[in-house]
Amino acid sequence: MIWYTGKRLLQMIPVFFGATLLIYFMVFSLPGDPIAALYGDRPPAPGVIEQIRAQYNLDKPFIVQYLIYIGNFFQGDLGTTYSGRPVGDVMAQAFPITARLALLALAIEAFFGILVGLVAGLRKGKLFDTSALVVSLLLISVPTFVIGFVLQYVFAVKLGWARTTVSSEAPFSELLLPALVLASVSFAYIVRLTRASVSDNLNADFVRTATAKGLSRRRVVGVHVLRNSLVPVVTFLGVDLGSLMVGAIVTEGIFNINGVGGTIYKAIKLGEGPTVVSFIAVMVVIFVLANLLVDLLYAALDPRIRYAK
Amino acid sequence: MSQTVIEPVSEPVNDGSGLAKEPLLQIRDLEVGFQTQRGLVPAVRGVSLTLYAGQTLAIVGESGSGKTTTAQAIIKLLAGTGTITAGQILFEGRDLAGLSEKQMQDVRGRLIGYVPQDPMSNLNPVWNIGFQVEEAIRANNVAQGKAARQRTIQVLQEAGLSDAQDRLKQFPHQFSGGMRQRVLIGIGLSARPKLLIADEPTSALDVTVQRQILDHLGTLTRDYGTSVLFITHDLGLAAERAEQLVVMYKGKVVESGPSQEILANPQHPYTQRLVAAAPSLASRRIQSAKNDDASGADIYSGGSLDTTLVARAAEREPAAEARDLIKVQNISKMYRIRTKGLKYNELLAVNDVSFAIKKGTTTALVGESGSGKSTVAKLILQLESITSGQIEFDGQDVAGLKGTALLKFRRRVQPVFQDPYGSLDPQYNVGNTIAEPLLAHKIGSSAERQARVRELLDQVSLPWATRYRYPSELSGGQRQRIAVARALALKPDVLVLDEAVSALDVLVQGQILNLLTELQTELDLTYLFITHDLAVVRLVADNVCVMQKGKIVESASTDEVFDSPREAYTRELLAAIPGANFEFGR
Repeated sequence: MIWYTGKRLLQMIPVFFGATLLIYFMVFSLPGDPIAALYGDRPPAPGVIEQIRAQYNLDKPFIVQYLIYIGNFFQGDLGTTYSGRPVGDVMAQAFPITARLALLALAIEAFFGILVGLVAGLRKGKLFDTSALVVSLLLISVPTFVIGFVLQYVFAVKLGWARTTVSSEAPFSELLLPALVLASVSFAYIVRLTRASVSDNLNADFVRTATAKGLSRRRVVGVHVLRNSLVPVVTFLGVDLGSLMVGAIVTEGIFNINGVGGTIYKAIKLGEGPTVVSFIAVMVVIFVLANLLVDLLYAALDPRIRYAK
Repeated sequence: MSQTVIEPVSEPVNDGSGLAKEPLLQIRDLEVGFQTQRGLVPAVRGVSLTLYAGQTLAIVGESGSGKTTTAQAIIKLLAGTGTITAGQILFEGRDLAGLSEKQMQDVRGRLIGYVPQDPMSNLNPVWNIGFQVEEAIRANNVAQGKAARQRTIQVLQEAGLSDAQDRLKQFPHQFSGGMRQRVLIGIGLSARPKLLIADEPTSALDVTVQRQILDHLGTLTRDYGTSVLFITHDLGLAAERAEQLVVMYKGKVVESGPSQEILANPQHPYTQRLVAAAPSLASRRIQSAKNDDASGADIYSGGSLDTTLVARAAEREPAAEARDLIKVQNISKMYRIRTKGLKYNELLAVNDVSFAIKKGTTTALVGESGSGKSTVAKLILQLESITSGQIEFDGQDVAGLKGTALLKFRRRVQPVFQDPYGSLDPQYNVGNTIAEPLLAHKIGSSAERQARVRELLDQVSLPWATRYRYPSELSGGQRQRIAVARALALKPDVLVLDEAVSALDVLVQGQILNLLTELQTELDLTYLFITHDLAVVRLVADNVCVMQKGKIVESASTDEVFDSPREAYTRELLAAIPGANFEFGR
């Protein structure tokens, strides 16, 4: 297991370089001149543009730019945005907020999703199950921004239980409502996944055998159905952690949160190579680590899965 | 078959000892139905039976006869929408049918143990063995805490796992099928129940393992005085293991009574057919027919298919003048199993095997699972390459055939596999399935192919209308007929039948075996028949090669092998045929 983990961590190196190179290339290829755009309709003195281009190494070939960037990256210098702020600062501000939001959303969708899915699976065809299916279908088909605005209107504007926007410190209490919105779609998927998995396992031979042993229903479900049903759900959660981190753009927009999604979006619009690539590089690392965690959890849940050294 | 269904025998079977004991289990007019979209479909219709303490009773019948449903109704673990619609299940005088789920918890495990059919799917793959046994012990309050762990080890040791202590932490996938079945038996008996329901406990296992496990189960239940309700489709096995038999057909009891009596003198036509079809009993009958010129095969009138089969097997003459069609010389197959990193373990699956098959004859390759018999089939079919040795077909070396030469070879040597469910494409209708080899080898026009499909369906005795049906709509026997028809499509010389009848019910098995022998005579086919079931071998094979651990340990004509087996291993296999030691009355 240790060997396997080590091997997986080593695999991160080529993934890291591949992903950053690719992203860097894509940003480089974006149409438009970011520096010219900075000045809008009033062009600056000709020498100024050249000076700025040289300062950001924009006058050098693509691959040289990339190598300079990567070299700096490993010295802890992530470059500066075109407005002069160090990218490191922007990250230090955006990542903790988004991480809190994503983890809160993950906790909400995992807890309620598995709970509702389990009960629905156990009562297949009954009222609870049908309602759960209808609600989950609704959540999947209605766009996030609609759910976001509705919840914002009801809970923040009408009932006044939460703030309409999140302050710049973004404590957990203020992030609860946005996290709920962010979790809604994945919650629906987890309900369906758990439900299907539970109802499959309920019909498994080993569940019948467990009942024939004289075990109580509670124990049969808790010990023999639940653990087996969690394997596909855990896989989904791991992949979802990544999407929650980047996919929060809409939710961050609605609640005015200065998180990762919004920052990347703005940076892409401005063609700020270093900002985009630095953020993506960190995202790639998070993604790979989350997937590794899933694979290890997978093996913990299902002993048949043993990874070769 | 006969349409007369006689009255269900509802009088309690007598245990023969003359003691007026209180019955342990008494089922009265039990009716079980499954709720479907088309209403309630009855599965068990008015079944009555009585089991006394310390007795073993077997319910025999083909799949779909309601035998498993009856057993599951007793512990109220019916699959899906099954419900008990009428009747009583009296256990020590208490009607189980009326108990609540909570009350049933006390009955299950503690009073009635259950050993399920398939050891592969009946243990939870994610919990270790010790946990799953200990759980049963705790739930039934046999022992708690440290004592429960001690008891777990004891239970597993009693069930025949001598190294139980070391294996508690292991998971089901690290156990062989036989070992898992021992664990399940251990679980079933862990609380010393008064009744043990054993639902086909060994049908997924090799004959020798089956014998060991059933012997062991017999000893345990005798020691504890446990009554056993044994469910099986094999009449020979049932007769050997139980004093009382209940024969079920289409949800009804058609005959019941002491095993000896039923076997010697079956009354109901269905029972007669079962007796005639059971390969384990048929091999005994061939023996009788051979020893006795009065032809014991005739005892079952009506000239049933199986009788012809038996008669033919008894009259088999060695075909001396035929030439060798397949000649296998010193073939070996080495598999490399990757263990750690770049290291390999070498596994010699087939070790220096030689045999020859004469044209128009059947050679059986017999052995337990893991003996290498299926690997030999794959090597001959050129599905895997041989490591060393030579395979000659019709005087030509087939090793390393390529391109059109290989295609030509494949046309002449066709396989039929074990699983009639897995080997047919569910998306293809029967007509297309049978025509596919013709299409693959670009033979004939569309109309000619249609005609050939018609001819083939006719040869395997299926109606022409079957061509539009899909595998899921057909029974196991029908599917296997289609697999045979597909194999025959290219007019091959050789059929390699890899456990081709092992997954089928006895009656269907008899029909397919009969079909195969007829086709052999008709089309002058050569068979390589691979099976673990020696009883079947007796019916169809001219020559037998017994394989053990990749080697052929004995090779002779079928009569020689059955009459005077030379090797200890062969004798062991022969002894494991259920009913082999059973005195067969005539």
